[in-house]
Amino acid sequence: MAFSTIDRTAKQIVLTVQDYSLFSLRAFKNLYQPPIYWSEFLVQSDIIGVGSLAIVMLSGLSTGGVLALQSAATLSAFGATAITGQFVSLTMIRELGPVLTGVMVSGRNASSMASELGSMVVTEQIDAMRALGVDPVRKLVTPRIFASIAMLFFLTIVADASGIAGGAAVTVFMNHQNGTQYFSMAYEHLRYPDILQGLIKPLFFGYILSSIGCFYGLRTTGGTQGVGRSTIQAVVVSSVLIIFVDFLLTQLLLSFFPLT
Amino acid sequence: MTDTPLVPLPDPPAIEPVVDFRNVGIAFDGPPVLEDISFAVEPGETRILLGPAGVGKSVLLKLALGLLRPDEGSIHLLGEEISIMPEEELFAVRARTGMVFQEGALFDSLTVRDNVAYQLIQSGVPDEEIDARVHESLRFVGLDETFSLFPASLSGGMRRRVAIARALIRQPEFILYDSPTGGLDPVTSTNIIELIVKQRDVRHTPSILVTHRLQDAFTLSTHRYDQEQERMVPLPKGEIDQNTTYLMLEEGRLIFNGSLHGLLHSDNAFVREFLR
Repeated sequence: MAFSTIDRTAKQIVLTVQDYSLFSLRAFKNLYQPPIYWSEFLVQSDIIGVGSLAIVMLSGLSTGGVLALQSAATLSAFGATAITGQFVSLTMIRELGPVLTGVMVSGRNASSMASELGSMVVTEQIDAMRALGVDPVRKLVTPRIFASIAMLFFLTIVADASGIAGGAAVTVFMNHQNGTQYFSMAYEHLRYPDILQGLIKPLFFGYILSSIGCFYGLRTTGGTQGVGRSTIQAVVVSSVLIIFVDFLLTQLLLSFFPLT
Repeated sequence: MTDTPLVPLPDPPAIEPVVDFRNVGIAFDGPPVLEDISFAVEPGETRILLGPAGVGKSVLLKLALGLLRPDEGSIHLLGEEISIMPEEELFAVRARTGMVFQEGALFDSLTVRDNVAYQLIQSGVPDEEIDARVHESLRFVGLDETFSLFPASLSGGMRRRVAIARALIRQPEFILYDSPTGGLDPVTSTNIIELIVKQRDVRHTPSILVTHRLQDAFTLSTHRYDQEQERMVPLPKGEIDQNTTYLMLEEGRLIFNGSLHGLLHSDNAFVREFLR
């Protein structure tokens, strides 16, 4: 009995991974074959990019502030509070900026994609679209994936900048240190590979959150309860996958750009 | 005058059915929903699919359009075998057909105009032409005043009529109606049946209509659309529409396939019980 349950679950997982791979491959291929729905891409870019701006800025500011607070306490023991700027900027740009943006946008947009597409499935709007001769993957999924990739890139830059600004505010107004020193340390120790590393990651995270959100949305079954289930699955799977892929990417990128 | 050798005339092209189901079966994680279904829809024919709720009528319609894939058997739609066709190629075949879903399935984020014109917008038809064709299509279903409204502000009957307008705007070669009168009041139901009779008698579009309301089914057989009076009128007593025929499902199997006369005189116990 227990073995058959494990067997069934394992098969389901393998099937889900297979379905997801085929689905995301199809969505990706659509970008190179007309028709391409550019207007839909712009609408989604507005929803994902402009819509997420406030939460990304606020979470960036707070995270940068917290980093400055925590690091100052530790660094002061070694008389090294001067390098707070370097610590905050490197942490934000290399790691926290992309991951934080990915997780925040995933919570906001993977959920909205899953619930929106899931509602369309249960009200037969997706079937209606297919019956009208329009490919829902091309029309709904491909623009969302590419808008997410493009917007996450820019949102990560915003999160990095906000984090550094938040760190500066804490350093100057709460830790009563020199602002110029903070910014010069933040800037001087930054290398191009750090920036490159921080800007490659959001491309993967944007792809993960949108493809997972759309995938679970389009697999919705079981009415409105099913929409809720898909939304939860989309947020959980995309957030976990972002953190896991971040680990793999960090290892890979460190082999290309080792720390000096 | 010279004798010219007689050249045999080529055979007239065989008239293919619009839809042809051959031994079709499908199951979803359990016992089969449909088993060994075989029937065809000929050009100009209206087939009424009867059966109690949950018997697989909507599944059969979705199979007819390739929205679901059968586990066994084959389905031909407009001369193409859709049961083995990849999804990407199916869109072009489906674009030649129309389907009215059970609850209308209108896109709730789009206006009535954009819903009705959905296919035209995707095809890049100019806006002026779209507006003219949407007005014409909405006039056909008697809802021209809803042009700029959103589906949420329409009643259930109005949504079905907009769905009919959307299905008909490109003058499809084949139409599927999934319970178009389900859950509606008798007056609205009659209005919708009148639209279906109008489409059948004016444009002669072949169709499959799913219903569990016998009254609607019999109205289709016993009425015709009078273009002069612009309304549905009863056929003379004793006459029925010969192109309107019946199918009946019971527990996933086709138990009747034939005319109204055959249906009324069937000796199948389930058919007789259903008609009672």
